[in-house]
Parts: sequence; structure tokens; C-alpha cells
Amino acid sequence: MKKRVLKVHQPKQRTSSKRRQFIKLSGMAVLGSGLLMACSDDDDFINPTPNVFDLGSGDLGVLNYAYALEQLEADFYEKVVNGSYWASASSIEKQVLQDLYYHEVNHRDLFDTAISAAVGSNTNLKLPSLEFDYGSLDFGSRDQVLGTAKVLEDTGVSAYNGAGRLITDPNYLVLAGKIVSVEARHASAIRTLINPGSADFAGDDVVDPVTGLDRAQDPSEILSAVGDTGFITTPFTANSLP
Amino acid sequence: MSIIKFLDEFTNESMLEKKSSRRDIFGTFGSLGKKAALAAIPFGLAGLTSKAHAQTMGDPVSALQLALTLEYLEDEFYDLALQSGVITDSAVETVYMKISQHEQAHVDFLTAGLTNAGVTPVEKPDFDFTAGGMFDPFNPSNPDAYAQLLALAQAFEDTGVRAYKGQAGNLQGSDFLTAGLQIHSVEARHASEIRRIRGLKGWITRDERGAGMPAATQAVYDGEENLIQGGLDVTTLGSGPAFSVDASTEAYDETLSGDEATAIASLFIVS
Repeated sequence: MKKRVLKVHQPKQRTSSKRRQFIKLSGMAVLGSGLLMACSDDDDFINPTPNVFDLGSGDLGVLNYAYALEQLEADFYEKVVNGSYWASASSIEKQVLQDLYYHEVNHRDLFDTAISAAVGSNTNLKLPSLEFDYGSLDFGSRDQVLGTAKVLEDTGVSAYNGAGRLITDPNYLVLAGKIVSVEARHASAIRTLINPGSADFAGDDVVDPVTGLDRAQDPSEILSAVGDTGFITTPFTANSLP
Repeated sequence: MSIIKFLDEFTNESMLEKKSSRRDIFGTFGSLGKKAALAAIPFGLAGLTSKAHAQTMGDPVSALQLALTLEYLEDEFYDLALQSGVITDSAVETVYMKISQHEQAHVDFLTAGLTNAGVTPVEKPDFDFTAGGMFDPFNPSNPDAYAQLLALAQAFEDTGVRAYKGQAGNLQGSDFLTAGLQIHSVEARHASEIRRIRGLKGWITRDERGAGMPAATQAVYDGEENLIQGGLDVTTLGSGPAFSVDASTEAYDETLSGDEATAIASLFIVS
């Protein structure tokens, strides 16, 4: 019997009061003017794939980009905590994966609301809800679940680290910073579940042992890698992000 | 510059208010990016332009000096911990050795970066990891040494995460922002690991310092209970456990101001 033990309600309609709350703070006026400038600067820009959503430029582009990654993570962990591996996992593993699920859903819905507030009535500028297909990934396999979680969390860290410099509004930079360190905490925990008692929590494959720096990648690199997984079936482009 | 003089300045946040010096700092950090950071950072810097961020920029030099002070603290702590003979668990020793390697690298990275920018790095302070007699973490005959050694590591790592995050605004627009973020997430990986070794979650629930943490470390966790992100109470985003107070505080780490980070570090600094 398949029982969906953990169902997170995701409200589709944002109340106007929530939107107003967000607009009031965190320098939305800056974003607004940035959008206008981006539009006027881009008069000669022709979207090569007009029927496919483009993440956009500037702070909005970064918000849509983060929203895409958080949607993927949240969806993945929803499948995990409803899958047969999780059901039979140790209590520690259950706890970790359930927490990660909750955190990613929270992140996803924060970006959902933040972007809605930012675009106002221009809802066509907001990344839609994405659809996912994990192909042959076996949610009953501990190795496959934890291995995929590791890739997603490390990718999230690298993505936020690389996107920080693209953010103009300091409030968004701090918000991204508040999230990326939690993604790094996740990555560390997952890596230790996979290889306990090792140095993998901050292994040389992600943290350069000479500089002590974690990875940082541009959106194009991240989206290429995510695209290669085939997990996201809703097409979108990032023509205005590096 | 002596460490005490530096920290005094930071505590007053006076360096952040010296607007007249900003132009010079931009100049030095332009060269810093080219010389030090570019060699070490594989991605992104080539496309970075320094235009137009001047209005919102703080003071990257003082941000990095504070970071260096915290890295000195961590680096010496892990060196002494590994030499103490207190750690008998080989798995924990493996973890401490990896963290120690990173903290040494961070010291070297920041020292080189500041030097190449023509800025004299702050001197390494004299540390007192007993915090005036409160702890005795490197003494094998102290029955509580191992617990203290883990608790202090947790406090230092969680502080590091918050302190770097608090300086992000000062690094914004400088060539050092990306490197700062790359160190920041490494501190978070460390923090998660140490916390889990101590039997805690890798993330911070509300403002709980966690079982076995001395009350003196509470300053590290004050403010972590914040629920307002981007002006919005995240518990109102939806219903269910993902939007509980616990999950909503765990999902976001909070910042520490320069003042707050300095106050915490100063507990362990003699001179």
C-alpha cells in the first residue's frame, strides 16, 4: 500500500497582504527600477526561443533561477519521503531527509512569494511551476536516493555561491546567504550519511584543499548539469544570465 | 595594526563609516582580485565588472580583517586540539584534520589577499581557549576536555557561518564577494559535521545552542529564532510541518553583525 505520509500543503494563490508585506521591505523599488532598465537595455534582444520561459536578467533572473533549483529539491525530497527507501531508513536518516524536505519546501515557497511580489501584475515574468521526471531513479534504493541528494545539495551550494555576485540588492544577497549555508549543512550531513567517519563532509571534490574554498559555478554551468539529469521536464532558458 | 586596536575599531563599526576612505579601498581591492583571488577562484571572476556597486558597498577591508581574525582563532584551535591527545576517536580526528586543513588555507588565502592588495593583515592575536578559566579543552586529565573541545568547535563554526554572512554586504561589489561566499559555505559544512558528531541536527533549531553547549555560547545562537525573511513571516507561507516554527528557523541561518562576532571572538582573545 502506498501511503503519502507527508503531504505539504502548497497554496497556489498568494494573498495580496503577503505580497504587500514583501513589497514593503527588502528594496523592491530597486528591483522594479532594475527591471525597467533591463527592459530598455534589451530593446535589441530577441528571444531565440519565444515560446520557452526565460529566467530573465538581474535580480529577477537570479530569483527565478533559485526558484527553479528549490522547486527541484523540494520535489525530489517529496518523492523521497514518500518512497520505500525512506520508509525503511534508520531513524537518523529519516530525520535528516524529512528535515531537508521541509527546508526545501520552505525555500521554494519563499521564492514563489518573493517573485510574485517582485513582478506584480507581470506574472508572465515569473517562472511557472516546473514538472519533473526522475526516469529510472529508484526511490527504494538508499544509494540512489542519497547519491542524488548529495549531487543536488552540492549543486545548490555551488549555484548560490556563483550567483551571489549577480545580485544587486543587498537584501537578496543576505537572503541567498541565509539559504546557501543551510544547503551546505545539508550537503555535509548527506555526505556523512553516505560515508560516516570520513572527511567527505567537506571532501576535496567540493572544497579545494589548497584554498579552502567551496565550489562556485555560473548559472549556465549549473543549468547544463541539471539539464543533463533530465529531471526537469519543463523547458526554460537563462539567456541573460552568465 | 594590533588586534585589539583593530577589534576596537570594528566594535564601533567606525571603519564602516569612514566614507572618505572608500575610494582607496576600491582601488586596492581591484588589484587584490586580479592578483590573489583570480588565481584561486576557478569561476566567474573574468566576467565580473566593478561598475555601479559603489553606492551600496561597505568596507571590504575591515570585513576581511575580521574574517582573518576568526580564521586565526579557528586555525589555532584545531591545531591545539589535534596536538592535545584529547581526541581518541579516529573518525573525529579525521574530521578535525580536514577542518584544520581548511582553516589554515583560509588564513593563508586571506593573508595573501590582503597583502597583495597593499593592506597589512591584522596580526595573529594571543588566544586563550579557556576563556578566562571557563574551559580546559586541551588537557587530557580534564574529564570534560573532549566535550569542551567539541562544544567550542561547534560554537566557532556556527559563529563563522553567521559572521561571514553578516559581512556579505561589505563584500558586495568587490572581487572578494565570491571567495567570501566560498569560505562561508565551507564553514557551514564544518558546523553541520561537528553538530552531528555531538548528536545534534546539522542545522540550528530556533535559538537553541543544543544539549551540552555551555551557557557562555548562547550569544552564538541569539537571533537564530528569527522568522522574518525578506519582510515576510515564513511560517505564513503555507501550512504543515515545513512551515512550523522549528523548520522555518532551521531553513535559514541568520547573520551576526561585526559587533556581535567581535564580542564572541573577544572571549578567547588575550591580546
